[in-house]
Amino acid sequence: MNKSMQKLLTIITESVLEASLIKDIERLGAKGHTIMDVRGKGSKGLRSGGWDASANIRIEVICGDTVAESISAHLQEKYYNDYAMVIYTSEVSVLRPEKF
Amino acid sequence: MDPIILFFLFGVLAGIARSPLRLPSQIYDFITLVLLIAIGLKGGVELSKLPFSTLLPQSAAIILMGFLLPLAAYPILLSLGKFQRADAASIAAHYGSVSVGTFAVAIAYMGANNIPYEEHVALFVVLLEIPAILVGIMLAKGLTKDTQWGKIANEVFLGKGVILLVGGLLIGWISGPEGVESIAPLFVDLFKGVLALFLLEMGLITSTHLGSLKKYGVFLICFGIAAPLAFSIVGIFVGLALDLSVGGTAILATLAASASYIAVPAAMRISVPEANPTLSLTASLGITFPFNIVIGIPLYYYLSTYIYGIFN
Repeated sequence: MNKSMQKLLTIITESVLEASLIKDIERLGAKGHTIMDVRGKGSKGLRSGGWDASANIRIEVICGDTVAESISAHLQEKYYNDYAMVIYTSEVSVLRPEKF
Repeated sequence: MDPIILFFLFGVLAGIARSPLRLPSQIYDFITLVLLIAIGLKGGVELSKLPFSTLLPQSAAIILMGFLLPLAAYPILLSLGKFQRADAASIAAHYGSVSVGTFAVAIAYMGANNIPYEEHVALFVVLLEIPAILVGIMLAKGLTKDTQWGKIANEVFLGKGVILLVGGLLIGWISGPEGVESIAPLFVDLFKGVLALFLLEMGLITSTHLGSLKKYGVFLICFGIAAPLAFSIVGIFVGLALDLSVGGTAILATLAASASYIAVPAAMRISVPEANPTLSLTASLGITFPFNIVIGIPLYYYLSTYIYGIFN
């Protein structure tokens, strides 16, 4: 893989999980992250974001292949059963790849 | 009818009509913040005037009630409602805890009708928030060593609702009535207006939960009305035992009857994720909250007056 190509791991889930998720991804090797407040709809219903119980967050992590895979696997095991969550990865080209 | 209730009904109707009306979520956060601090401040100022010898037995009795209410609801939900263990525990926790929104409407009602009450009842709100959550978690998970009490304690004691109330209480208590005067224009004078906007948003949110009522059947609707009624009677007798005024008892009855929809759902989501959040929210927000603010509060006041009449 070209040194400047990294994985962008995106997690969209319920905002109550923010603290717990950040701890998990940092423990599994994420060097940083970005969080956005979002709203939407999925198999668990409409999450309109108007107040706490229906607010969603989107977390983006830029990392290498192995970290992306271990984070995905861990999150799937720990959260997928009980919480509304969507995870996907894409390839991105980064400047300053040494940061990741 | 108090105009603030009309704001709630307006919100419900606007929601049902699928109007895109929404309060921006940061505004909702700000309004909740102001309300919680205002409630805490008012209670704290009163606390500064009371001796510990009155507060301690009152607090103990309130906390006891907080533990007993969910324990009473749980078997009914399990056997009659035929809910799964996690759901029964979660709903029991919701109903054993309190709704600060309902409390705010109750004190507005007392104010509008010039009914005196012990203003330190805000302390009761804090005391009643927490025991039900702990009971709910224990009922759902049992007392295993797996339970992450640290994380739960963090969520419960540092959650937005509790910490703002406690902060307001402490600040009010330390500052006393003169100290709080300078900030009264925001937290006292504007209280009802802010509450009106809060209820507008709650109306909109409630309307989104009405659709789920069909899914969950008659038992939930009956429970959502019967439980507050039953718990209000418990509250009245506790108030009687603690020698509170009629107004204070009515408020305590309202607290017992109310069901949380902010603090408990968040705590349950983290500690008992198997519980269905839509189920408990539909009950507490879709049924009990509207029932309490439109019918419940005046009813509980009437019952308090009536029962006091019998015993005095």
